[in-house]
Amino acid sequence: MSDAILSLRGVKTDIAQYHILQGVDLDVPRGQVTMLLGRNGVGKTTTLRTIMGHWRARAGTIRLDGDDIAQAPTPAIARRGVGYVPENMGIFSDLTVEENMTLAAASGPLERERLEWIFGAFPALRTFWRSEAGNLSGGQKQMLSIARAMAEERKLYLIDEPTKGLAPAIVSTMAGALRDLKRRGASILLVEQNFSVARALGDRAAVMDDGRIVWTGEMAELAGDAALQERLMGLSMETA
Amino acid sequence: MTAAPDHAPTLSGPGLKDRLGQAAPLLLVPVLVVLGYLSIGSTSSWLTLTVSGLAMGMMIFIMASGLTLVFGLMDVINFGHGAFISVGAFVGISVVLALSGWAGAPSLALNLGAIALAVIAAMAVTAVLGWAFERVIVRPVYGAHLKQILVTVGGLIVIEQLIHVIWGPDEIFLTRPESLKGAITFAGAALERYRILAVVFGLALFLAMRLVLRRTKIGLIVRAGVQNGEMVEALGYRLRLVFVGVFVAGSALAGLGGVMWGLYQEVVTAGMGEEMMILVFIVVIIGGLGSVEGAFIGALLVGLLQNYVAFLAPKLALVSNIGLLTLILLWRPQGMMPVVKAK
Amino acid sequence: MIVTLLSGDRPRSPLLTLILLAILAGLALAPFLFPGVRSLETAARICIFIVLVASYDLLLGYTGIVSFAHTMFFGLGAYGVALASEHIGRGFGALAVGTVAGAVAAALLAMVIGLFSLRVRAIFFAMITLAVASAVAVLVSQLSQITGGEDGLNYRIPRELTPAFRWGGKLFDVNLNGKLLNYYLVFFCSLGLFLLMLRIVNSPFGRVLQAIRENDFRAEAIGYRVVRYRVAATCISAAVAALAGSLFAVWLRYVGPDTTLSFEIMLDILLMVVIGGMGTMYGAVVGATLFVLAQNYLQNLMGLASGATEGVPVVSDLLDPDRWLLWLGVLFILSVYFFPTGIVGRLRAGR
Repeated sequence: MSDAILSLRGVKTDIAQYHILQGVDLDVPRGQVTMLLGRNGVGKTTTLRTIMGHWRARAGTIRLDGDDIAQAPTPAIARRGVGYVPENMGIFSDLTVEENMTLAAASGPLERERLEWIFGAFPALRTFWRSEAGNLSGGQKQMLSIARAMAEERKLYLIDEPTKGLAPAIVSTMAGALRDLKRRGASILLVEQNFSVARALGDRAAVMDDGRIVWTGEMAELAGDAALQERLMGLSMETA
Repeated sequence: MTAAPDHAPTLSGPGLKDRLGQAAPLLLVPVLVVLGYLSIGSTSSWLTLTVSGLAMGMMIFIMASGLTLVFGLMDVINFGHGAFISVGAFVGISVVLALSGWAGAPSLALNLGAIALAVIAAMAVTAVLGWAFERVIVRPVYGAHLKQILVTVGGLIVIEQLIHVIWGPDEIFLTRPESLKGAITFAGAALERYRILAVVFGLALFLAMRLVLRRTKIGLIVRAGVQNGEMVEALGYRLRLVFVGVFVAGSALAGLGGVMWGLYQEVVTAGMGEEMMILVFIVVIIGGLGSVEGAFIGALLVGLLQNYVAFLAPKLALVSNIGLLTLILLWRPQGMMPVVKAK
Repeated sequence: MIVTLLSGDRPRSPLLTLILLAILAGLALAPFLFPGVRSLETAARICIFIVLVASYDLLLGYTGIVSFAHTMFFGLGAYGVALASEHIGRGFGALAVGTVAGAVAAALLAMVIGLFSLRVRAIFFAMITLAVASAVAVLVSQLSQITGGEDGLNYRIPRELTPAFRWGGKLFDVNLNGKLLNYYLVFFCSLGLFLLMLRIVNSPFGRVLQAIRENDFRAEAIGYRVVRYRVAATCISAAVAALAGSLFAVWLRYVGPDTTLSFEIMLDILLMVVIGGMGTMYGAVVGATLFVLAQNYLQNLMGLASGATEGVPVVSDLLDPDRWLLWLGVLFILSVYFFPTGIVGRLRAGR
């Protein structure tokens, strides 16, 4: 696919002696939301961490906007315009919300306009702007984590399970913010277990199993085919 | 699209107990000072001891601050840190001796000039040495604690021995510059000028360090890096570079601490860094590895306790610090102000 | 039979086997092969340091913990014998009481330190042992009424172990006296302790220790109480170090801070373990033998070299026998980088 912002070919990653990724081929089209789906433990988080350079790929290429970043150090990858929301949120809990956001804008001061947009999506962050991030609730931490990714213009967002363990009301706040991000034309690779969120947001879907991508296609196609879901993920979206 | 549903944002703020828990280490210093007063009895002796305890604590803090940050940032434990203390002391004292005309003159400006030059020279040399040490000794053994401890101990021995080669096998005695000799009398207590200067200087340095850590971007990066280095890198910052910077700065501070300690004792030995390291380790452990504030409080406690006990029961002075370590670890196994590490 | 004695842990290299046999024979027959007071001193020191280093290797090599208090435990054993001999009086009973008391005290102290520091982080252990050991060293030199301070203690051991006791004429020109008995006491006790250590590291307990060293997280996950195993290893190691200290005290008839407690001896031990090979009991044998020999004979050589280069300013300073430690430090760093498996590891790999 020529208009892919991110393109993985044959990516293999080992953690200690385990082969976690066994040749991942994945394209993330520009300006679209690609859902990365699959059962627990099939390598979704490892895929994101490998793209980010936290784990080093043993083989394969990872092209961001055409350049191979497979061997680039993490800070260089981030500086190329990748916003990352890790599975554990990666909040600096001894720092205030403000300080977390200041750090997130690595290339300069936070833009006022952007900040207003973020506050619009996550009003709680305005309320607790000067509080220590460690004192936020789980949902608020997740908002901060996504807000950090939004603190600057990014070419690509890697977001790992943003709704995990959150109350339904907060899930819809989160989904609203992501939809907003999508509407602004962001390219997003999103790992999500909540199917209603996945279906509402995703343009395309890629399903992983056992360290490989086993299916790619339109999100709508996957969403409409319960048998396919059953086969790929061992369960149907409708039941979740 | 629908507006995000309203949810009442509540801050799950710390309860009273947590707040007290956070403040408790801060209270330990005044508590110790009061206990010291009660057990010493004489106001003037107590005042003298308190000032020298604070002076000692400030100097230990200056030596310890770099070590604790280096550990927090990269999980590197540097047993060779003491070498920078010794080298700093020898370089600084050599400068003071070379400028004996300035140091001996009855002029405050010339005296302070000599000391300032000594400090600059010591910090410059230890900064360069720290940079080289990080490259040659520490870098090949990242992530391997066992090897880190072994090679940094090796580095400590080599540097100490090189001090002997350069400055000779014996200790060097010196006298402080004219205007820093003697004491002023306050409330019947003799307070040595140099100690007062050390307290003021140490406090100023601590506040400056805090300001840098809280108000500058580099400070934010350091604090964030201590908690979650991986995420700092994922935001685009080169943590390795920051780490080298902190290592170099920490080495220079150890050198500064060495000069101050040398002037305090009026004698320098190659083994002084090794001896100070024992106190430094106690300070960083009780403070909580990676915590600058914890190290500051820990250093004051160690300095005060050492001076009080040395007055009350001289032979137990060093052992008293082991007692302090034991008590604090019983109370908080991770140290007084442990850094919350992201998992 | 021999394999059983070695607990199934063979040297696994012909050259290493040869070296070990040569060391064993050399030490067993030292009084007859190398007559002279100085060589007997050296042989006894080698025996004792083999035990001391092996007990340290149980910690460093097999458990992956760095301790700086090993000389403290060594000293506890030595001072135990010295104090018992002084207060109970000359006799084997005093030696036994001192030895047992020293070993028990060492094990208890190790347990307390271990529980304090290993519970949180293994790295605390290195720092805390350093602090405690230096405090104890200072205390010993200050409490001079009890410990003799810097001067140490001289005491009398049973006459049967002294040169004054003659129980035969001469054998191959060697006086059959108490000193000879004393040497063989040291030799056989050391041999026994070494075989005991070998047994421990090859027992199921020893295997768990190695599993923890490789990956403490996984060992904990499998269900081993990592802290308990580490503390137990610390206690055993401390007790054996104390026993080595007791032997040293019996042999020297003198204890002092410099010969038992100093940081320099701690460094010697570290170097012997690393040079010999961490995590291989035989490394302790090779490392200690080489090191003690080098210490005794190489320093003279350095003196000669320094004298020969007297005209050259820096070189002469660097070769001064007092700069022995400088070269040890350099050697130490290089060994850790380039030679982490030590001599034994090399010999086994080269098979």
